[in-house]
Amino acid sequence: MTTTNTTTTTQFPPPKVLTYPSSTPPILITQGAEGRLYKTTYLSPSIPCALKYRPPKPYRHPILDARLTKARLSAEAKVLERCWREGIPVPAVYAVDTSAGWMAIEWIDGPPVRAGINEWLGDPPEVEQDGGHQQDKKKENADEDEGEAPMVDLMRRIGLAVGRLHNLAGVVHGDLTTSNMMLRPPLDGGDAAQGKAGKALEGEVVLIDFGLATQSQSDEDRAVDLYVLERAFLSTHPRAERLFGEVLEAYRGSFKKAASVLVKLEDVRMRGRKKSMIG
Amino acid sequence: MGRAITGASHPVVLYVSGGNTQVIAYAEQRYRIFGEALDIAVGNCLDRFARTIEISNDPAPGYNIEQLAKRGGRVLLDLPYAVKGMDCSFSGILTRADELAAHMKNGGKGPDGEPITPADLCFSLQETVFAMLVEITERAMAHVGSSQVLIVGGVGCNERLQEMMGAMAADRGGSVYATDERFCIDNGIMIAHAGLLAYETGFHTPIQESTCTQRFRTDEVLVKWRK
Ligand SMILES: Nc1ncnc2c1ncn2[C@@H]1O[C@H](COP(=O)(O)OP(=O)(O)O)[C@@H](O)[C@H]1O
Ligand SMILES: [Mg+2]
Repeated sequence: MTTTNTTTTTQFPPPKVLTYPSSTPPILITQGAEGRLYKTTYLSPSIPCALKYRPPKPYRHPILDARLTKARLSAEAKVLERCWREGIPVPAVYAVDTSAGWMAIEWIDGPPVRAGINEWLGDPPEVEQDGGHQQDKKKENADEDEGEAPMVDLMRRIGLAVGRLHNLAGVVHGDLTTSNMMLRPPLDGGDAAQGKAGKALEGEVVLIDFGLATQSQSDEDRAVDLYVLERAFLSTHPRAERLFGEVLEAYRGSFKKAASVLVKLEDVRMRGRKKSMIG
Repeated sequence: MGRAITGASHPVVLYVSGGNTQVIAYAEQRYRIFGEALDIAVGNCLDRFARTIEISNDPAPGYNIEQLAKRGGRVLLDLPYAVKGMDCSFSGILTRADELAAHMKNGGKGPDGEPITPADLCFSLQETVFAMLVEITERAMAHVGSSQVLIVGGVGCNERLQEMMGAMAADRGGSVYATDERFCIDNGIMIAHAGLLAYETGFHTPIQESTCTQRFRTDEVLVKWRK
């Protein structure tokens, strides 16, 4: 589990910006791979925000560490702004301080996709007798288990979101995993037609964590992005392996050049995955 | 095998040798590869660089780079840092390190105005590639929620790598387990150990029918002996 929920702030020293008197005490949400994420507010106590802080890494040479932190944080903020402008669902950027190592961004009120999928997998839905059958748009999956529909739908939303990121924003994410996507719950409280079984998988797919993102339009970079996602997905959710194809199919349909990216993906797989092991 | 010697219970495994660079964790009956080098292995990168700067193979090129690096530290030369998610690549770094070595032979100077030395090169190379390895390992740990790391493979003998990994693990409230030279590089004993565990779960092959393959991928093997 990536996330450790905690209500204390004493466990790790927060960045200076969070030590100023404020009406909203920061809550440490996660100790992620790169750094820590706090929940606090921005300007007004009614605007929640996520403060991403990258503390110095004790193992890394200080020069290398400073270089990486600065470069990654400013790249991350730039990419987020670009995506935001293009209408890709990402958190809005409120404020950045690259030297101090933090960035304040919009708070996304939902679980990571990983948690949604695990909740759904942990409790496999029974074949529904109500609601599920009357949907026509799911006809093409008639021979699949009806209970899988919400999962298939989520896979497609993921594929579409990645396709739009690649195509509209010209950005490759660099660290696509199901922990780096959130499910923003629908404002109206959910699509009733999906039934209870799919509740955990509802919501808009919001892409987060652009710390390793780069600007690129090349098939190769896009294919590596998909490859990273494929591997993370298969190793995190081995039981949902079959469904990953839906991500790629939705990606294929999301923009014109997607097909050539998928051809390239075969190459990338051959180089990495299928490479035999010697020595 | 590594678990048996070190007593680690659910570690993320960094497997670093001349031929392989993988970040591995166990999930649902298989060791799954979370990240790996997309081009050359880290050990291969170090060995080839040792050849570039003509350092001895005795006892091992990696060992000699480690010893030389201990005399560096005055400057950190800029090398590309190539991490993508839990994957990384080393060929670009090797190319740049080779260029810097050529620069050194022509009397080139470092950022502090002093001539570059082989020790500076070895130090910078190690600091950079090991930082990458520790970073991808840390990302896998965050991803699977483990605070233990086990380093295996020939490059795992490097004490600087173990030290950096230790600092990272301590920061996450965990610890690093490393096997020593006796086990890091002896594939025979690892295969025998895995075979024994498989045998105990009822996987039997008569000697006459036994064959040999060098090409088992880490995640091809069904692991019945773990929960
Ligand atoms: N804008 C946000 N709103 C709410 N939660 C967030 C937000 N950004 C990140 N998180 C949570 O914090 C975790 C770590 O953030 P992330 O940006 O992925 O950092 P890291 O680089 O450490 O992985 C995410 O997996 C998610 O659960
Ligand atoms: Mg993340």
